[in-house]
Amino acid sequence: MTQTSEAVLALKVENMHKRFGNLEVLKGVHLDAAVGDVISLLGASGSGKSTLLRCINLLETPDSGTVTVHGETIDMTTDKSGQPVPQDMSQVIRLRSRLGMVFQSFNLWQHMTVLENVSEALVQVLRMSKADALDRARATLDKVGMHDRQDYYPAHISGGQQQRAAIARALAMEPEVMLFDEPTSALDPELVGEVLKVMRALADEGRTMIVVTHEIGFARDVSNKVIFLHEGAIESEGAPAEMFSNPESARFRQFLSNALH
Amino acid sequence: MALPAYATPAQRLWHYIYLVICAFVLFFLVMPLVAVIPISFSASPFLQFTPEMLRFDPEAFSLRWYRMMMGDCSDPGITTVCSDNWKIGAKNSLFIGVIATALATTLGIFAALGLSRPIMPFRKLIMAIMISPLIVPLIITASGMFFFFAKFNLVSTYTGLILAHTILGLPFVVITVTATLVGFDASLTKAAASLGGGPVRNFFKVQMPLILPGVISGALFAFITSFDEVVIVLFIGGPDQITLPRQMWSGIRQEISPTILSVATILVILSICLLTTVELLRRRSERLRGIRPT
Repeated sequence: MTQTSEAVLALKVENMHKRFGNLEVLKGVHLDAAVGDVISLLGASGSGKSTLLRCINLLETPDSGTVTVHGETIDMTTDKSGQPVPQDMSQVIRLRSRLGMVFQSFNLWQHMTVLENVSEALVQVLRMSKADALDRARATLDKVGMHDRQDYYPAHISGGQQQRAAIARALAMEPEVMLFDEPTSALDPELVGEVLKVMRALADEGRTMIVVTHEIGFARDVSNKVIFLHEGAIESEGAPAEMFSNPESARFRQFLSNALH
Repeated sequence: MALPAYATPAQRLWHYIYLVICAFVLFFLVMPLVAVIPISFSASPFLQFTPEMLRFDPEAFSLRWYRMMMGDCSDPGITTVCSDNWKIGAKNSLFIGVIATALATTLGIFAALGLSRPIMPFRKLIMAIMISPLIVPLIITASGMFFFFAKFNLVSTYTGLILAHTILGLPFVVITVTATLVGFDASLTKAAASLGGGPVRNFFKVQMPLILPGVISGALFAFITSFDEVVIVLFIGGPDQITLPRQMWSGIRQEISPTILSVATILVILSICLLTTVELLRRRSERLRGIRPT
């Protein structure tokens, strides 16, 4: 499904570098996501996959490299001490609302009900009227099978339900790209399935998704592109069929055999 | 703490002694407050619990001290000095307390937010300076403020008193909000940022509601500190700045009037209401967040 460079990519990441102190976490990562791509980012802990995701919506500021969302590049500059900072924070804030993010630990706001969690940003950021926002929030919750839990507070529902509500919260903004940061890692094994089912349905709808995951099955069956990161660099990438049936990289083979056993 | 069925006689004995000690401690703490209440309803101009009151003689009870507190001096039974000072004092205390609390709370939240960021330099030193009014003896703070405020013509002004009480209340807000921020999950503001919220809006919509219990208890402490503060008022307040504690102080020194007890009774009742409200609010927010009481 990889398209020619003529088409506008939903997301383009070029030459991304990030270091924390002496530790170089990302060593020049490239990533292209066409509209409708579902890209799985695999890698051992500490390989930089979550950092890459956070750098994409600038929750972490990359040291160098560019992020382009639907043809619009986030302009970076440096502050007085030479640290890279976004040139225009309002551009970052605007682009963030087009990149929906789902976190490992859900990060639902504890003081709001599920419905309020989903509708809050619609009112605050998209400036929708309260009634419209609630309508859209309910429709989105319906989609993730959370309609009957909309008036619950996050502390009163299961982890799988919280994560589905968090997906609805990101999804309701109708983002161009959905970023998933290990969405099932904090869940009990029996709750993983319901979240993966929702994500699978989103992929089937043709949504552009970038998924950091440890779920090999999801990467193999749902994504159309798999990227394997090793120590901050892309070790190998390709269509899942080739990647899994005939892994070229010895490190990826090692990773797979560890993950499957 | 119930006694298990298999407790030995010695354990039983100790258990009952323990209960008696607890009762004595509570009695000791509460009695001075409770003793004030019936005497404040006495018709006698002396601070005493008359034998007629014990017999529930209606003549022995009176609301005259409460009327006097409200500035009504028409009662012929009133032999002590009667003035509007109690009313003025209540108004001033409330006015100074509310504004000082608002200032201390706003400044305290900002200070706590800044002090809880790891990049803030000299955090420990700044924290120590800010909570010093709690540690330094009040009389020293008061005399220091007197000389300092005199240079800026703030002595005998409401502005001076409000500023002084803000300084006294600030440490409470800083301490409680800093403590709440330790338990605050910073990823919740990241989630708000990921949805395109700006930093200011994220603070008011996500962070502020979650640290609100800490803010409220800090504000409450700041208010109570200002409301029953007498030392600084004596130093900095002028003849116009009569506050309730100051009026009680001069009331006790010049003339012993049961009006002081009426005021005390009202203050006790107000405090109970205030604390109950805050506790109910705290329980409500805990229930909402699913933190079940243990």
